Amino acid sequence: MKLKQLEGYLGDVAAFRDPKIQLEQYPTTAHLASRVLYTAETAYGDIAGKAVVDLGCGCGMLSVAAAMMGAGCVTGVDVDSDALEIAQENIDAFEIQDTVELVHASLCGAADGGGLALDQRFVERMRARFDTAVLNPPFGTKPGNKGIDVLFLQAACAMATGAVYSLHKSSTREYLVKKAASWGFRCEVLAELRFDVPMMYRFHKKKSVDIEVDLLRLTPVAAAAA
Amino acid sequence: MRLITHNMLKCHVKNCTDPDKQFPLRFKDAKLEQIEAERNDEFLVRMLPRIEWAALATTANELGIELPKEVPANPADDDAFLQGLHTAIMEMHVKEGSMLCKGCGHEYKIAKGIPNMLLAEHEI
Repeated sequence: MKLKQLEGYLGDVAAFRDPKIQLEQYPTTAHLASRVLYTAETAYGDIAGKAVVDLGCGCGMLSVAAAMMGAGCVTGVDVDSDALEIAQENIDAFEIQDTVELVHASLCGAADGGGLALDQRFVERMRARFDTAVLNPPFGTKPGNKGIDVLFLQAACAMATGAVYSLHKSSTREYLVKKAASWGFRCEVLAELRFDVPMMYRFHKKKSVDIEVDLLRLTPVAAAAA
Repeated sequence: MRLITHNMLKCHVKNCTDPDKQFPLRFKDAKLEQIEAERNDEFLVRMLPRIEWAALATTANELGIELPKEVPANPADDDAFLQGLHTAIMEMHVKEGSMLCKGCGHEYKIAKGIPNMLLAEHEI
């Protein structure tokens, strides 16, 4: 499949009907999703025939894109039932029920000392079950969400044995590279992209804002050496 | 939800700690639907070592899906085994029902094929 073709198909993926600000629900555009999954498959062979997990899948844009690129199976996880309802509609519309499954779950809970922590008990059995993780996690910029982007990335690294593709604010790059190293992962920036956040919420004063994001690819250091 | 996913879900309620009872979750009133999928032997063989086989076989049998108690010696060359595995983990979907923890009894509901693993605040 060609990139333009993929982006064209993904244009039909339905987005949030009533986005929730606390969950930082910004839609992943067809433009962004097509580039992430197209690169993951054509440059690295990380999608076709692979077991893929999509953390914070929202309406399922990345999951649909993974299925379109030939994933063996895709598991989308999200905390929001409204988003999952739309994701399921997208799965049905694209007739990819034989590939994509959804799980309603939270990866994080309140930490003992305040803030957020990974729900290790939930993540435990999902460890190393997938080849590839794709995610567009919440940016972690809303009060109460601090650090959630790192927790999502950490969960993805635990679940995927091959590679993790994740979108993050470019301003967090240095910090994430260090974090990844502490988990035994190498982190490279595949692309700098612009995330067009349209005016969706009342606090948005401008019609749309471009946020600079990095497409990161994380791979376990041990596997890269092998 | 398919059994390939069920095989990685366990009870994560805070005070539920007996590893032998938290997993696998036991289906209750499961409504099954088979959705045809293309069989990919290489994928199946690659997934095999990641699957907790005893949990999968037990669960499948409880749902009336046939799977051997143990993985055969040469699964990659065993066509009948691969077909059974393909049907069990890639084609059978639990559309409605729930999953019960054998330890604390927590019930995780499945609606429209989506399992709800969310817990109340005091259970996390």
